[in-house]
Amino acid sequence: MTEQAMIRAVDLHKHFGPVEVLKGVSLDVNKGEVIAVIGPSGSGKSTFLRCLIHLETIHRGTIEIEGETLVSTDAGGHCHYAPDADIRRICGKMGMVFQHFNLFPHLTVLQNIIEAPMTVKGMSRDEIVPTAEALLKKVGLFDKRDVFPSRLSGGQKQRVAIARALAMAPDILLFDEPTSALDPELTGEVLRTMRELAEEHMTMVVVTHEMAFAREVASRVIFMDGGNIVEERPAQEFFAAPEHPRTRAFLENML
Amino acid sequence: MNYVLDILPPLLEGTGVTLQVFAITLVLSIPLGLALALLRISRFGFVSGLVNGYIWLMRGTPLMLQMLFIYFALPFVPVIGIRLPDFPAAIMAFVLNYAAYFAEIFRAGILSIDRGQYEGARVLGFTYPQTMRRIVLPQVIKRILPPMSNETITLVKDTSLIYVLAMNDLLRAARGIVQRDFSTTPFVVAAAFYLIMTLVLTYGFQRLEKKYAVYD
Repeated sequence: MTEQAMIRAVDLHKHFGPVEVLKGVSLDVNKGEVIAVIGPSGSGKSTFLRCLIHLETIHRGTIEIEGETLVSTDAGGHCHYAPDADIRRICGKMGMVFQHFNLFPHLTVLQNIIEAPMTVKGMSRDEIVPTAEALLKKVGLFDKRDVFPSRLSGGQKQRVAIARALAMAPDILLFDEPTSALDPELTGEVLRTMRELAEEHMTMVVVTHEMAFAREVASRVIFMDGGNIVEERPAQEFFAAPEHPRTRAFLENML
Repeated sequence: MNYVLDILPPLLEGTGVTLQVFAITLVLSIPLGLALALLRISRFGFVSGLVNGYIWLMRGTPLMLQMLFIYFALPFVPVIGIRLPDFPAAIMAFVLNYAAYFAEIFRAGILSIDRGQYEGARVLGFTYPQTMRRIVLPQVIKRILPPMSNETITLVKDTSLIYVLAMNDLLRAARGIVQRDFSTTPFVVAAAFYLIMTLVLTYGFQRLEKKYAVYD
């Protein structure tokens, strides 16, 4: 590999008590790639994503973000995380969008978007508001700028959440089942926004149950089951001719 | 009616004392309660346990006993023993006692905030203090308004306990006149005063609740 990986995860292990949820997951994500992570619930796909941005800690393995080490494991099997300040800086290269949006209910749409750039990056209101307004136009919600999240539909909330993540200018966006909490007729608007990001070559890792999205937008598809990556191939190939019997069984159920 | 007007000046004077104890206690015990709540939920078990013990002590013994202890017994305690005049002694007892109750209200409020709020803030790069200040506590205020209203109204009436330190609050002033004039009218007037104070508080809290309801 000549190009430096945006994300390099090597042999990630994680357990909750006695339950092993990640049993040695490795993945390289290159710049501009859109990775769809699919698999049955309990397969460890969300946990894997959460480990990448340090919402969960791993017990063994290595994670590097744009060449910087978030966590590594020494020969004795001990995990070493970077110091807190470095963790915050390294994870700052990534943004994340959640299944349940996690918008801040006490802040308006615009305030949700400008809060982190102001508090975390110390930007002034005047600096960030034009960016925030441009992002709201991009996700088609400029007219909602002064509304509280409780007044929005699920699809609108998720688009605000995407704008909020983008306001921190991340190099990588992680999506944890971004449409799973939405009514079916609202998933389209969120997927459209994500598709536009993909077309702008944003590097994305998307945990999803939307097979159509995975097939049409993802460059690579990862199929996880039981804490392992079972199959990993370019999206077209993956859906045209899944190799592993477990993958075939899963796809037959989904499609 | 003339009699009521006659007894108003001493009762108003007593109300002044009552309001002073009320206001000073509130201003000091709310920040202290918040600090205690944050220590109580800290991941350092020792600190959390210490605060837990403090809250147990303060909620588990009568406020009147605490006041008597601080006024009469504290001077004889080795090392930390100091002799306080009656007013500061009363304030100290009220603040220490009410901070314990407020701490539990704050703690319940903080724990009621969804984990997703912390995660949402975390992936945006917020530190823990930033998350608390900008995201969690503003939402906590709204949720704890009803129990805070309860506690504050209780405080108005609890101030009457300072009579044990022979301070002339509203109730003691009324009782003095009752004994002097053999009339129960001062009690009725005092009751009206307490009702007016709690009415103002109730109204104030309702206004606050309405203000914070905008984002529902």
